[in-house]
Amino acid sequence: MVEAYGVYILWLRDLKRYVRARSRIIGSLGMPLFFLAFLGMGFRRAQIPSLPGDISYIDFLAPGVVSMVVLFTSTFSGVSIVWDRQFGFLREIMVSPISRTTIALGRTLGGATTAIIQGFLMLAVSYIIGFRPDPIGMVYSFVFMVLIAISFTGLGVAISTLMEDIHGFQLVINFFVFPIFFLSGALFPVKEFPEFIRFFTYFNPLTYGVDGMRWSLIHYSEFNPFIDFLAIGIFSIFVIIISTILFDRTEVG
Amino acid sequence: MLFVEDSSEIIKVENLTKFFGDFAAVKEVSFEVERGEIFGILGPNGAGKTTLIKMLSTLLKPTSGKALVAGYDVVKEPQNVRKSIGIVFQEPTLDVELTARENLDFHGRIYGMDGKKRRERISEVLELVGLSDKADILVKKFSGGMQRRLEIARGFMHFPKVLFLDEPTLGLDVQTRRNIWEYIEKLRRDEDVTIILTTHYIEEAENLCDRVAIIDLGRIIALDTVERLREGIGKDSIEVVVENGSVFENLLKSQNLKVVKTADGLMISASDGEKLIPRLFSLAQKHRIEIHSVSLKKSSLEDVFVLLTGRKIREESAAMHPMMRIKRMRK
Repeated sequence: MVEAYGVYILWLRDLKRYVRARSRIIGSLGMPLFFLAFLGMGFRRAQIPSLPGDISYIDFLAPGVVSMVVLFTSTFSGVSIVWDRQFGFLREIMVSPISRTTIALGRTLGGATTAIIQGFLMLAVSYIIGFRPDPIGMVYSFVFMVLIAISFTGLGVAISTLMEDIHGFQLVINFFVFPIFFLSGALFPVKEFPEFIRFFTYFNPLTYGVDGMRWSLIHYSEFNPFIDFLAIGIFSIFVIIISTILFDRTEVG
Repeated sequence: MLFVEDSSEIIKVENLTKFFGDFAAVKEVSFEVERGEIFGILGPNGAGKTTLIKMLSTLLKPTSGKALVAGYDVVKEPQNVRKSIGIVFQEPTLDVELTARENLDFHGRIYGMDGKKRRERISEVLELVGLSDKADILVKKFSGGMQRRLEIARGFMHFPKVLFLDEPTLGLDVQTRRNIWEYIEKLRRDEDVTIILTTHYIEEAENLCDRVAIIDLGRIIALDTVERLREGIGKDSIEVVVENGSVFENLLKSQNLKVVKTADGLMISASDGEKLIPRLFSLAQKHRIEIHSVSLKKSSLEDVFVLLTGRKIREESAAMHPMMRIKRMRK
């Protein structure tokens, strides 16, 4: 059972909080900006073997860094339900008449929306640095950003139901989000990995998300963009189902 | 009249029990609450008050027993129960990154109140708890007392039939506490709501509640109006500290007096305390027992608790049940 107004109000709350946390908006763009700026400068003359010569490294990197922003922001928003639990607000929602499924969906959509906005902010920042994406491709990139954002917010919500308190947060970031990021081909083509590592990248949903973003923005991709769309799309649906089931089972004592 | 009995009880609890592993937090508790009353649940920390409230508000599932809230079964119809109740928890549950008005607006929306009604009601409840001029300030800038008032306002904003207040004045200073009591009384006068409150403050139960259930170790050990509970043990209470406690205790018991051993000494309940004191002295002298100190005061619900359990309500807070402590830490 899903109440649309319940989803809407939870989404609205996330957005209000997002707009107010200006320092977080700027702060969380810092690391990806430096990744883009310094890696871009450092490797600007390097030739990556599997990359066609007419693609500059900064053009290759920018879609990856935008994906990185979406990945980190969405996982962070999903897991932040643990904060709500810690600070008690989750109880206010849990004793209300709206269903658990509604709560999980509302949080997922709210978190995903903020992640997409962050993604576009990063795109704007990379434009300033010198990245020139295809304007029409930005529409396609929006689709991929939505799918990445929903996948990883949902995953964050699912993880939050298994966490006792906020202390596990660092663990999630370092041992879950970073490996996903490095194994996604965001910084260099996954073809550059040794055979046995490359194997893992094919099971990483973000690999397809990043590849789809790159196809949208610079018309270069390692896979067929349709396969990218299917892979990340199916994964996002799967995650939503899992996260609502897990969330439905949680007890807030 | 035919339906009087049905319509007067808003809460009906029968043999409600909750186990956490082997530990019974609530044991076979039964009681009824009448429409419109302020019903107190008084007991030391770890007595099972919060667990009881959480079962009645559908947050925890009972191990056994039955509870009807506003006519709905808490296990079978949790959604309907949730629509009929409001809760103010012991721990804060406000979103401190939002303003007071936004917190209330959020609440009104998740309880399905439409726009016009919501706006009217927000100003109404803010007025009632005296926060009208603070409506658009972020809650993180509020003092503890103001936050609690806002929580109470939010708790009854959606016209609940039953409002649960779990330790509504915990951790507040004396003045703020009295302030909150006034708001709770005003609420009862102005709104058609039944209030269930848990507390371990004697004064709170005595000042606010129509009826009080005294709970200890998960069981209700007494339930009545404040006056009758007090009258039941006699209007005065005497505390004596003597050299040889148990001998004196038996001596007093043989005189048909209500005596109980406490951590400090002996507590005696009587309807005529002033006249009993000389008797105590002559009795002690006769048996060569030295009296160190005697004090006489009007009996309170604290004394009812002491007489029933031999312990004080407040003392318990330091020596919480080990199981309860583990449970709290996990949250």
